[in-house]
Amino acid sequence: MTMKSSTRQVDGVTIVDLSGRITLGEGSTMLRDIVRDMIAKGQKKILLNLGDVTYIDSSGIGELVSAFTTVRNGGGELKLLNLTKKVHDLLQITKLYTVFDIKDDEAAAIQSFTK
Amino acid sequence: MTAKRVVFKLDSTLDSVNEVERKASELASQSGLDEDEVQRIEMAVREAAVNAVYHGNAYDPTKKMTFAMERTPESLIITVSDEGKGLNESEIPDPLAPENLLKPHGRGIFLIRSFMDEVRIRNLQPGTEVTLIKHVRGQGADGKEESK
Repeated sequence: MTMKSSTRQVDGVTIVDLSGRITLGEGSTMLRDIVRDMIAKGQKKILLNLGDVTYIDSSGIGELVSAFTTVRNGGGELKLLNLTKKVHDLLQITKLYTVFDIKDDEAAAIQSFTK
Repeated sequence: MTAKRVVFKLDSTLDSVNEVERKASELASQSGLDEDEVQRIEMAVREAAVNAVYHGNAYDPTKKMTFAMERTPESLIITVSDEGKGLNESEIPDPLAPENLLKPHGRGIFLIRSFMDEVRIRNLQPGTEVTLIKHVRGQGADGKEESK
């Protein structure tokens, strides 16, 4: 299953619901384009909902890191929501769990963005 | 269980990466490993295959990725090799070092080592061969080899 995404706005936060696989090729490229597009539109509060992401490889992890640093360097915030156990474990062994701001409740995540 | 070594020569494409991931997953499942272990093997094989077709062969249509898998009485042994310029293990940066943590690349070999019991990297000059080993229990091989 390749990656799919849909975007919604809640209280000034752009929530991107991702599903499927974020791997080298289609998935990681799509994620890069999504984040690039949001930055171009001036959207600086981004919440990536990974609840339905079934698989991430090292390219996908790299793309998440790139998205995080690109948004942060542009003065914005990018947070992650609803990690599956698999993705959670991956971010732990790569020591990225403490780098990302990770949430498991959407309403609380939205509130946590700088007003 | 009748075990044998099976060898495939594949094009340097992402389709080949998906194919070897699927084959490794099937072998791991048939070896009686639990779902978490199967997924770790899938991921390690995927990373090795991506390294082979992308970093090694650079998607060159004239270069092949060789994929071999074997179930012995003690282990599941998977080998992925490419025809690229070779990999110097000592030059691979530590992806957990603070200065590398936010780099977008460089986690593949680290993940392979995290998910497998043994990993051997051999410079073929030219090319790189990565051997991934997972220890398993159960019945074993009769040593036959089959090429495709």
